[in-house]
Amino acid sequence: MQVDAATVRRIARLARIKVTDEEAKGLEKELSGILDWVRQLDEVDTSGVEPMVRVVAQQMKQRADVVNDGEIADAVVANAPLTEDHFFVVPKVVE
Amino acid sequence: MTDLTKLTLSEARDGLQKKTFTATELTKAHLSAIDAGNAALNAYVLVTGEHALAQAKASDANIASGKARPLEGLPLGNKDLFCTKGIRTTACSKILGDFKPAYESTVGANLWHAGAVMLGKLNNDEFAMGSSNETSAFGTVVNPWRRKGKDGKLAADKLVPGGSSGGSSAAVSGSLCLAATATDTGGSIRQPAALTGTVGIKPTYGRCSRWGIVAFASSLDQAGPITKTVRDAAIMLRHMAGHDAKDTTSVDAPVPDYEAALGKGVKGLRVGVPKEYRVVGMSPEIEKLWEQGIAWLKAAGATIHEISLPHTKYALPAYYIVAPAEASSNLARYDGVRYGLRVPGKDLVETYENTRAAGFGKEVRKRILIGTYVLSAGYYDAYYLKAQKVRTLIKRDFDTAWDKVDVVLTPTTPSPAFALGEKTGDPLAMYLEDIFTVTVNMAGLPGMSVPAGLSSQGTPLGLQLIGKPFDEATLLRAGQAIEDAAGRFTVADAWWAKRPAKAAKT
Repeated sequence: MQVDAATVRRIARLARIKVTDEEAKGLEKELSGILDWVRQLDEVDTSGVEPMVRVVAQQMKQRADVVNDGEIADAVVANAPLTEDHFFVVPKVVE
Repeated sequence: MTDLTKLTLSEARDGLQKKTFTATELTKAHLSAIDAGNAALNAYVLVTGEHALAQAKASDANIASGKARPLEGLPLGNKDLFCTKGIRTTACSKILGDFKPAYESTVGANLWHAGAVMLGKLNNDEFAMGSSNETSAFGTVVNPWRRKGKDGKLAADKLVPGGSSGGSSAAVSGSLCLAATATDTGGSIRQPAALTGTVGIKPTYGRCSRWGIVAFASSLDQAGPITKTVRDAAIMLRHMAGHDAKDTTSVDAPVPDYEAALGKGVKGLRVGVPKEYRVVGMSPEIEKLWEQGIAWLKAAGATIHEISLPHTKYALPAYYIVAPAEASSNLARYDGVRYGLRVPGKDLVETYENTRAAGFGKEVRKRILIGTYVLSAGYYDAYYLKAQKVRTLIKRDFDTAWDKVDVVLTPTTPSPAFALGEKTGDPLAMYLEDIFTVTVNMAGLPGMSVPAGLSSQGTPLGLQLIGKPFDEATLLRAGQAIEDAAGRFTVADAWWAKRPAKAAKT
């Protein structure tokens, strides 16, 4: 058991997901179960092994540094729950 | 007239070319099948009948004027993970609400440019996280196949269609479309295909553009088709694949005519059988199926070689670090500000927290939390970096194997379709569904499931073929050899299409 209630709360805060006390209890057990299970990777000797960063060897592509999109503010905000004059509206952040 | 929904994609294509029927007739037949059967199967979360009939009408005009495109007038289902311009796309999550994308996924656009018709959006596990289609916000999909009881009669219990592409597999198996789009992050095309007697191919990472597909784990996600036959898979893949400047991981390589390659046979093909896949506890039934597959390929002229993939057992635990980590990052965008659901709070942070708690289902929340944990300060090296190193070793196993063999043959799943609710209480048992498929995603290779037999309960079982990078053509060739030997597996009794007695006209 490596994940306690305080850890669940800390991760949930980082992930911006509200959890109730009851949910936190269940998550302690579930997350510990999965994290204990993945620890079997410790058996594998990975000294000197590079982490995999891409699946096929290829040069990172670059696009031309030009404007190729834009002037679509209507489309950008079309799905937002709350907007005003092409701005997303959120609760007040600065006092 | 024969039931047009029973045709394969290639048969329907030929029928349209010969003008045996029209695209409108073909589309209407499928819309009627959906109307009659979707209530029982729940494969579609949105039916786009008018859109489909308009496309079919345009197709008929193209056929009449001799301007038919390769997929002209062929009705398909589209997994709800693919963004559709102006048409609701939700990834089967409440958090996307009534999201109507302003753009079409590249894979979808490729299909529609080739003339295909979209019947609607198909159900899937929420954000493609699941192996049974039981995590969808739109409810569970039901497998058209049913088990036979001891008395030889069909049992009443409902089976899962696999996941995450459960709507795709059920719709193809239940003749609610000719073929469907799907995506595969750890087995989400191949496992549902195996559980429904359909063909599913996950191409090499980079073969299909990921642009406009709702992201789960970006280094693993790939699009591919679920179809009735190997030939249909070859046709679909050719028109889904291709380079796309909008996806930097999309590979600029020519897409071969996969259908043309099917006729080449498997004479002299070197088939590898990995000894590590003979896991303890593999059911005798699956073992037998595998032996049968080996015998079929041998009889068709292939040679069989035992190979070793020593890091196989570490693929699944490594996957459950990499996939949740990437998911936690990808799903950070669902903040209740730019689209979808918003549940207000006293300030911005509480708005985020309320929105994400209400909008994400239980499995998705759990995976985001695991991902957040393994990426959090102090744990990154122990988990994510370690898993990415193990991934290199898994890929090396295959690189070594390719010196000896051209293709690898394994079972697709450890068991046939299970009942709804049978595995929902045990997350690790559910995760084990992907034990044979997930290595392929970790190594970025192409993999394919082909129906190969029936279980003792009369439900489908699949065999998996794994290929070299960008060698989907060889996979399809070998898949054709298995299909030729095994035959096709279709559900005899379309129970889902039967309306209650009161619907009968007097």
